[in-house]
Amino acid sequence: MVAKVYKPCIPLSAIATSSTHGEDSPYFAGWRAYDEDPYDATTNPSGVIQMGLAENQVSFDLLEKYLEEHQEVSKLVNGIGGFRENALFQDYHGLNSFRKAMASFMEEIRGGKVKFDSNRIVLTAGATAANELLSFIIANPGDALLVPTPYYPGFDRDLRWRTGVNIIPVNCNSSNKFQITKQALEEAYAKAKKADLQVKGLLMTNPSNPLGTAMTRPVLEEILNFISSKNMHLISDEIYSGSVFSSEEFISIAEILEESGYADAQRVHIVYSLSKDLGLPGFRVGAIYSYNDAVVTTARRMSSFTLVSSQTQKMLSPMLSDVNFTKNYIKTNRERLKRRYDYVVEKLRECGIECLHGNAGLFCWMNLKPLLEEATTDGELKLWETILKDLKLDISPGSSCHCTEPGWFRVCFANMSIETLDVALSRFTSFMEKRRKT
Amino acid sequence: MGYQSVSENSHLLSRIAAGDGHGENSSYFDGWKDYDSNPFHPVSNPGGVIQMGLAENLLCLDLIKEWIKEHPEASICTEEGLNYFEAVANFQDYHGLPSFRQALARFMGKARGGRVSFNPDSIVMSGGGTGAQETLAFCLADPGDAFLVPTPYYPAFDRDFCWRTGVRLLPINCFSSNNFKLTKAALESAYETARKNNIRVKGVLMTNPSNPLGTTMDRDTLKTLLTFVNQKRIHLVCDEVFSGSVFNQADFLSVCELLDEEPSYDKSLIHIAYSLSKDLGLPGFRVGVIYSYNDTVVKCARRMSSFGLVSSQTQHLLSHMLNDDDFTSKYLAENKRRLHTRHEEFTSGLEKFGIKCLPSTAGLFIWMDLRQFLKENTENAELKLWRVIIDDVKLNISPGSSFRCTEPGWFRVCFANMDDATMHVALKRIGDFADKVKDETTQLDDATMHVALKRIGDFADKVKDETTQLQQKKRFNKKLRLSFCRINDGGITQHLMSPHLQSPRSPLVKASH
Repeated sequence: MVAKVYKPCIPLSAIATSSTHGEDSPYFAGWRAYDEDPYDATTNPSGVIQMGLAENQVSFDLLEKYLEEHQEVSKLVNGIGGFRENALFQDYHGLNSFRKAMASFMEEIRGGKVKFDSNRIVLTAGATAANELLSFIIANPGDALLVPTPYYPGFDRDLRWRTGVNIIPVNCNSSNKFQITKQALEEAYAKAKKADLQVKGLLMTNPSNPLGTAMTRPVLEEILNFISSKNMHLISDEIYSGSVFSSEEFISIAEILEESGYADAQRVHIVYSLSKDLGLPGFRVGAIYSYNDAVVTTARRMSSFTLVSSQTQKMLSPMLSDVNFTKNYIKTNRERLKRRYDYVVEKLRECGIECLHGNAGLFCWMNLKPLLEEATTDGELKLWETILKDLKLDISPGSSCHCTEPGWFRVCFANMSIETLDVALSRFTSFMEKRRKT
Repeated sequence: MGYQSVSENSHLLSRIAAGDGHGENSSYFDGWKDYDSNPFHPVSNPGGVIQMGLAENLLCLDLIKEWIKEHPEASICTEEGLNYFEAVANFQDYHGLPSFRQALARFMGKARGGRVSFNPDSIVMSGGGTGAQETLAFCLADPGDAFLVPTPYYPAFDRDFCWRTGVRLLPINCFSSNNFKLTKAALESAYETARKNNIRVKGVLMTNPSNPLGTTMDRDTLKTLLTFVNQKRIHLVCDEVFSGSVFNQADFLSVCELLDEEPSYDKSLIHIAYSLSKDLGLPGFRVGVIYSYNDTVVKCARRMSSFGLVSSQTQHLLSHMLNDDDFTSKYLAENKRRLHTRHEEFTSGLEKFGIKCLPSTAGLFIWMDLRQFLKENTENAELKLWRVIIDDVKLNISPGSSFRCTEPGWFRVCFANMDDATMHVALKRIGDFADKVKDETTQLDDATMHVALKRIGDFADKVKDETTQLQQKKRFNKKLRLSFCRINDGGITQHLMSPHLQSPRSPLVKASH
């Protein structure tokens, strides 16, 4: 059939034609390179190894074991009693049992140091939706949110794309291990004011992606003071809280609030998800925990656009409420991640590559500044391309995370088998050896 | 636990959050609250409110349950399915599982009698039909733009299409004189009104089969619509969420079929919203679909689907189920049969009481004509009647005004969300009510007339001023329990919303789970 040429039709929306979806970033370009030429030990041993995707595959066996030993779960999900109710259940409050299970799991992760009220939990299909929802709720189009750099590239889309909200970076650098300072906060705020933007909140990730570090108590307190004094909201994205290598080293904003008697708690909202700690990104389980009633109510209403599948809620409730299981899971998961991290950092050090000292997450923050031809973003991207094309490793350039200091790269290590990891590390080793010779 | 309150400004929320675009402020939800606080149960609460305001399909869940039991490999938590667990749990690609998209494409084609073939690569997931509508609005229109929508329409469109997007919905008025069919004149009139008000129209949003009418669009009307959007070069969003729920021998004519037949129509203007919440009775699983013939829209919607992907556990289960040809053929046929039977029983039951419904061939509800019971031909009268139906008859049905129906007296009544016994209880209550009202109407009219005459007589000497007469009427009306309000929003009146805007709770689901 001959293709007909039609008169131009009314254009799509500005949102549809903008590039704020962020997919033109090298962060995603690397993913595409992997998709086109994925490594496989047998069928494609020289393919690209994906080190740009922060997934946790180290603890699946624990989940599978649980389900195997608890066949009553499958009866619960698919059994005679309850199937109909579950299939029909679209109440945006979510299953009571599941909200309670989430609250319990979040408490376990924080070593019982805080209590969460399950009535303050709002479920969303992933943290992606949770962050966008909060952006819709606390800011108007044209307003701004402060976000410390370097930050997860997806925030550019999640916080800004459909909401029309701006991000003003709070710049951090290696001089103090990328910690957030009062000065940096004030500078960012002043910049927003100068541009006539109303700052409605600060969004921080704790532990940090991409740094892999947990925030310290003084910094958290500094931030709370700052947001109070400037009359804004605080969103604490704690999706890696269960991936801090040692539980003593993670301090949730919830702890600081509890210690201070919840003064100003109404400004604070926590984002969580099961995608990282439990390694279940496919199930789309995100949550907002807010100390602000109006935010809870509104978020719940908005969650209609992004509810968690009722069968997923049903399946995960027993497991997350089982304190014996969750205690053991959290402990084991932490140990395994720490072992991997230590292993990776040691191997990299052996071939001459240093990383930021981290204590959390599914990645390390690698310092390749010595390898840059020029200490610029272009220089960094050139190096990134070389690593992608010659080493066949997809790692994420710091500039895609808005890092102001060229030369840093995020390298994920928990999304592959130890054998694949060894192959990746050996490619780094060969690369560094070759460089030393030339 | 409550938290210390800080200064007024501290938790200042956005305009979207602080406004009432969520639609739940309407006191319409009295009906839902009445159901929630006094839900019917045949044994423990036979005098409770029967929920007939929720369009759910419970009639074929036994078939689905049976399939799941017979296919444990499709569930990742069973012994047989556990080896899929890791791969499925890890899968977050917004393209969705290829087998899932294929299964959806097949199922959608089957629901259209095999007359349309869908390309799995143009299928995009969304957070239910709710998410599909919002995503399409984000893709196709800017804040302040408008879509035209034939009335009466599903009230939650106001939230889904408009709340966070800033897009407006403007009505294309339809009337009972021609069974609420969409006409060219109505389309043109609505478009012209928008133009006069300097509102940019980006497209038309329609539902076929219609909610709340339960009717399917005929060929001529579809052609009129397609010609209209082509001429104006605007988009057409077709919500076909009830496409698998067409019964009574009538075949469903999807807009997709006409596109194939008629190459002069520009396909890139056409976008379909679908979901498994109605046809498969699985609203809890949150399976929404956007199908667009426009590649740019597919790409954009797919990126946006990150905000509302379908759980991979659910994708896995349903890809097995919907790729099972034998099952889907059997299911679709049986679903039609059971819906038809239920529809027949219900409408013939109503007929016996002299209550007519709009002739319909699809959906999970009927459009009931209670105009004969209205004291006056006004929205207020309709709402008064509705209040009586909830309080005295103990049925939660949805008043036409909440669907922006131009004519008072119509009600949407859902029949597929209950078992036979409950339906018969509901019918009996309606029958008793119909008899009672017929008796009372004559008496009440007399009584009202006498009261009015006396009052007019008493005040006849004093009252010359029209304003005072109005005040008198107001004093009289104060006694009536009216708890509804109309909010005028710059000329576009926000009507009362149907229960779908509040988080729907099925009558079969206990509130505390």
